[in-house]
Amino acid sequence: MALRAQTGPYFGDFGGRFVPESLVAALDELSEAYTLAKLDPAFGAELTELGRSYTGRPSIITEVPRFAEHAGGARVILKREDLNHTGSHKINNVLGQALLTKRIGKHRVIAETGAGQHGVATATAAALFGLECTIYMGEVDTERQALNVARMRLLGADVVAVTAGSRTLKDAINEAMRDWVTNVETTNYIFGTVAGPHPFPEMVRDFQKIIGEEARQQVLDLTGALPTAVTACVGGGSNAIGIFHAFLDDVDVALYGYEAGGEGVDTERHAATITMGRPGVLHGARSYLLQDEDGQTIESHSISAGLDYPGVGPEHSWLSALGRANYRPVTDAAAMGALRLLSRTEGIIPAIESAHALAGTMELGRELGPDATILVNLSGRGDKDMDTAAKYFELYDEENPR
Amino acid sequence: MRTVGPVIRRRNDDANGALIGYLPVGFPTLDESVDAAFALVENGVDVLELGLPYSDPVMDGPVIQAATQQALANGFRLADGFEAVRRVTERTDAPVLIMTYWNPVVQYGVDRFADDLAAAGGAGLITPDLIPDEGAQWIAASERTGLDRVFLAAPTSTDARLRQAVEASRGFVYAVSTMGITGARSDVDAAARTLVARLKAAGAPASCVGLGISTAAQVAEVLEYADGAIVGSALVKALADGGVDAAGALAAELARGTRAE
Repeated sequence: MALRAQTGPYFGDFGGRFVPESLVAALDELSEAYTLAKLDPAFGAELTELGRSYTGRPSIITEVPRFAEHAGGARVILKREDLNHTGSHKINNVLGQALLTKRIGKHRVIAETGAGQHGVATATAAALFGLECTIYMGEVDTERQALNVARMRLLGADVVAVTAGSRTLKDAINEAMRDWVTNVETTNYIFGTVAGPHPFPEMVRDFQKIIGEEARQQVLDLTGALPTAVTACVGGGSNAIGIFHAFLDDVDVALYGYEAGGEGVDTERHAATITMGRPGVLHGARSYLLQDEDGQTIESHSISAGLDYPGVGPEHSWLSALGRANYRPVTDAAAMGALRLLSRTEGIIPAIESAHALAGTMELGRELGPDATILVNLSGRGDKDMDTAAKYFELYDEENPR
Repeated sequence: MRTVGPVIRRRNDDANGALIGYLPVGFPTLDESVDAAFALVENGVDVLELGLPYSDPVMDGPVIQAATQQALANGFRLADGFEAVRRVTERTDAPVLIMTYWNPVVQYGVDRFADDLAAAGGAGLITPDLIPDEGAQWIAASERTGLDRVFLAAPTSTDARLRQAVEASRGFVYAVSTMGITGARSDVDAAARTLVARLKAAGAPASCVGLGISTAAQVAEVLEYADGAIVGSALVKALADGGVDAAGALAAELARGTRAE
């Protein structure tokens, strides 16, 4: 069977529905609604039109030769999801799930967010469709992504700072699940990544796979051939699966996912789930997981809030187990270096998340050499990260501290 | 082996039903959690439910989250769970169920977990994030070891899913009283009464109601239609606020609900 044809609930040994019984009815309802929507041409047409007239699809590709000089001279081509409305790939998924929410007849949506990109996208869709919206965000993340908190509130969403556990993305997901269990009659959970219980990994992938479908044709048009390799950062893995999926059955195209190596995978402060974790159950799915001997989740670390997650989507675990995709860690320092390099060589400020893919691409380009073409998913723009970057690179005037 | 079915049947014969009390292992310390569990039984709790602290407890409200988080910060290990079961079952005849999220069992090894729980004298498992659909390994391990397995049923579960929960469970089915997470509520949802009736129609030998029960009056009300009433957060709060004696005193008060006219 073609790899692209794989559907949930299981991807090999990974996936499933490890959830309280109270959520099963809602997951079944969502699965059925999604299955019907997929068969309904009107749903696809509405989503395509929203992509065109609201998100700005198709997103362009940009070749970056000055940056590529630092990547072994390989051709480097960026898929510009950073140019989407709301600033990242997250909007692709959110519009799909918001349309489904309307079809199911619920009037309230909830979502978790790490960096705030998925929260902003969800708040945006809620404003567009007139839905009530509550966003759960770890308290640590509300501090390091204060600008996105303000954006969500301006869009009319209620932002709840989660103070439980490690106060980051995983705890925001726990709190969103508790809300959903309690308010499932009125509320749909717009999950932000390709993790979680079935049908989320399959459904979110389907809403994101347009990235790779567009990019595959765009690269063919530009270069006359498929790329040598496709790269993306991996937190939960939605932008990575989005760009990988169209290439899964192109056996000559190598796929590389870059996980957050934090302060190094030889330290305890990283979020390199596939590189350093082992299979376990978290947030409703069996997948790779950072955990201790007893199965307690280990707190992850990354300078990038969007990659700071100790789990990963089950389809990535499957692709790793099959050897179809490769997953490697990139440190905070390497990512920040790549962020500055792309800014200075190409005039494009990437999100810190996406900068992990750029740093990985620099290393990969040196391995593959100048004959290679590497397609990078530039999943988000760096505006939200300016405070982190300004402090990291000491860009604020000493006399004029913030 | 000490299982819960006979105790629940006996308590429905000689009283209105069974009182099931929850406490997390290792809160506030391992010793005190064992003493508190013993105090619950001394004061009229019929079946103990000992919770294993877990990093991501999606079914738990603030009271139990705070307690289990403290137990983890104090260094709780899975081995402490078996140790607690062993010490409690040495001191009482009450059956002891372990309540655990699924990943710790997976990491320990499902068969090894079942063997060690049975060896410690435990009665079985309550698995809040394991549905029967994903439970084949645990069903096989509990068949082999004779342990009880308690799956959950929710007001939103279809009749087909209720039948599945009834067939998969042994001991009782845990009827979730309301859509939500653990924590005391002023009213135990009317949905619980309907759910228990639907479980009976689906062939459940015993259904016990949990979530939101915190007073003797609520215990009495639930036992009008259910085989057991499960109290968690209220006991944990009593233990947190007033220590072992307060937890025991609340258990004695709750037990009055099993004898109400």
